[in-house]
Amino acid sequence: MILAEIATLIRSKNAGPFTLTFDIMFSDLASYCRVLESNALSRELFAKLYGCPVEKVLFFECANALAFKFSIPRPLTQGELGDGDMHGGQQFVPLMTIEIP
Amino acid sequence: MNSHLAHDGKAARMAKGRLQQISFVSPTGSVGGGISSAALDEAMSHSPHFIACDAGTTDAGPFSLGMGMPAFPREAVKRDLALMLLAGRKAKIPVIVGSAGTAGGDVHVDWVLEIAREIVAEHGLKLHTAVIYAEQDKSYLKTLLHENRILPLDPAPPLTDSIIDGSSRIVGMMGVEPIQAAIRDKADFVLAGRCSDPALFAAIPIMQGFPPALAWHAGKVSECGTLVCETLGKGVIFTTVSYDEITIRPYGGNLRCTPQSVAAHSLYESADPYLHRECSGTLDLTNTRFEAIDDVTVSIRGTEFTPELYTVKLEGAELVGYQSIIVGGIRDPYIIRQLDNWLASVKSYIQDSVTRVLGDKADKASYSLVFHKYGINAVMGSFETDAANLPHEVGIVLEATAPTQDMARKLAELSRQPLLHYPIEEWVGSITAFACLHNPAVIDRGPVFRFNLHHAAVPASATEMFRTHLIDLDGLRTS
Repeated sequence: MILAEIATLIRSKNAGPFTLTFDIMFSDLASYCRVLESNALSRELFAKLYGCPVEKVLFFECANALAFKFSIPRPLTQGELGDGDMHGGQQFVPLMTIEIP
Repeated sequence: MNSHLAHDGKAARMAKGRLQQISFVSPTGSVGGGISSAALDEAMSHSPHFIACDAGTTDAGPFSLGMGMPAFPREAVKRDLALMLLAGRKAKIPVIVGSAGTAGGDVHVDWVLEIAREIVAEHGLKLHTAVIYAEQDKSYLKTLLHENRILPLDPAPPLTDSIIDGSSRIVGMMGVEPIQAAIRDKADFVLAGRCSDPALFAAIPIMQGFPPALAWHAGKVSECGTLVCETLGKGVIFTTVSYDEITIRPYGGNLRCTPQSVAAHSLYESADPYLHRECSGTLDLTNTRFEAIDDVTVSIRGTEFTPELYTVKLEGAELVGYQSIIVGGIRDPYIIRQLDNWLASVKSYIQDSVTRVLGDKADKASYSLVFHKYGINAVMGSFETDAANLPHEVGIVLEATAPTQDMARKLAELSRQPLLHYPIEEWVGSITAFACLHNPAVIDRGPVFRFNLHHAAVPASATEMFRTHLIDLDGLRTS
């Protein structure tokens, strides 16, 4: 099953003008635990999907919120010439198809 | 604070002894975003001690800070501000607004102050007002820079005297201290420039002796209004801080706070869901516990706060240039399959035309031509994983950026013909390759700005970077 079929929300957003953050959220503990225990989500996978250095990827497991979070520096500062997503809201799509065994 | 609130009716019990708890209303995520009047009335009937709301963000982009303009319509800000000020005066409690006019520069603060004057006049209010300016003097910042008292955040662009001098506007993000000083000066209305959103809510509880960790966390979860609820809707947030607990709930139609929704709110627009740096230290949610009290109310306990070196985050914007754009599309599969090469040839042709027509005025380094390819990778840029999967149609936005609007317009005008007619090998004869959306094809966008600072200043005191003016707004006097 892919991540988008298990998560209730996968989203991206600016965390200030210099950082992008990605949230993967669930509605129930079982779904959160299923993804957690699959070990499918990792800094290494994220770095590969987004072509960025693994040491720049932050990864958080947030059991309270039934959520996972990744954060990375923006490839272009918000609003810089060439930036096509002022709010960073449409950068999450490669996460949708992560295969969860 | 005590004497002031004691004069003001409802909070008289504050003066009689230690308050057991303190409550506040967060009426909307941003002044101008829309306040539900019915929900505000309902929340006000539960005797809050103050109302607070931010009016700004960097999320809209650097234009507001650079240009000195707000991102919300004046009418929307006036409506929300009037509801807050009227509710505040009726209950005789302070109203605190921060990050005025989107970017919180001096011009933004004055814009909101002018709106407040109108409201006061129209409703016959009297408001002892503290206006706190957050824009930063450039020579002061250069002195801090030379004293190594400006620290880079991660990732930070380079910072030099000339970058400070070249900024259109630089603001400092204030903490609780300037607001607390305003409350001590008996302000009914605190109108602040750029300010930490949680600080607007934490200032009074910390003054009253409540634990900073709970005061800051209460601000953090309340500052986006009903975004902390399970679903979005029209309502206001009512938050209570005691010595060992925060409770948070919405008032308004069918909204609820749940342990998950409140915990999840800590993720929103934050790089780190657990650690949140404020001027005076770091709010730490690592050991926070969220529990349901009833169907709509959540209790928060266990949050910690670690005092650290006092820093004030800086935000700056500088003019990049002026921009003109052309919008259109391409449907020809022969062009789409070689789009990058074709656009590179078009760009090179445009650059030659620019040199020929504008001569020395226009060396390549002085201007920029950017093609956004909608349908291929305009949205995700270098992150796109699916760019090889070609669509049947591609939308193109050409952004021409130059030191003057006149030159940007000429660049865009010189781009139209090559976009229309630049040949490909597959077709013999003259082609028209680009479907222009408009006539004239060129749209002037005006000035374009960039964020040029991601730094924190280390001031000598918590208040030295901010200037407070006390003003009596009196709507009963002819103004």
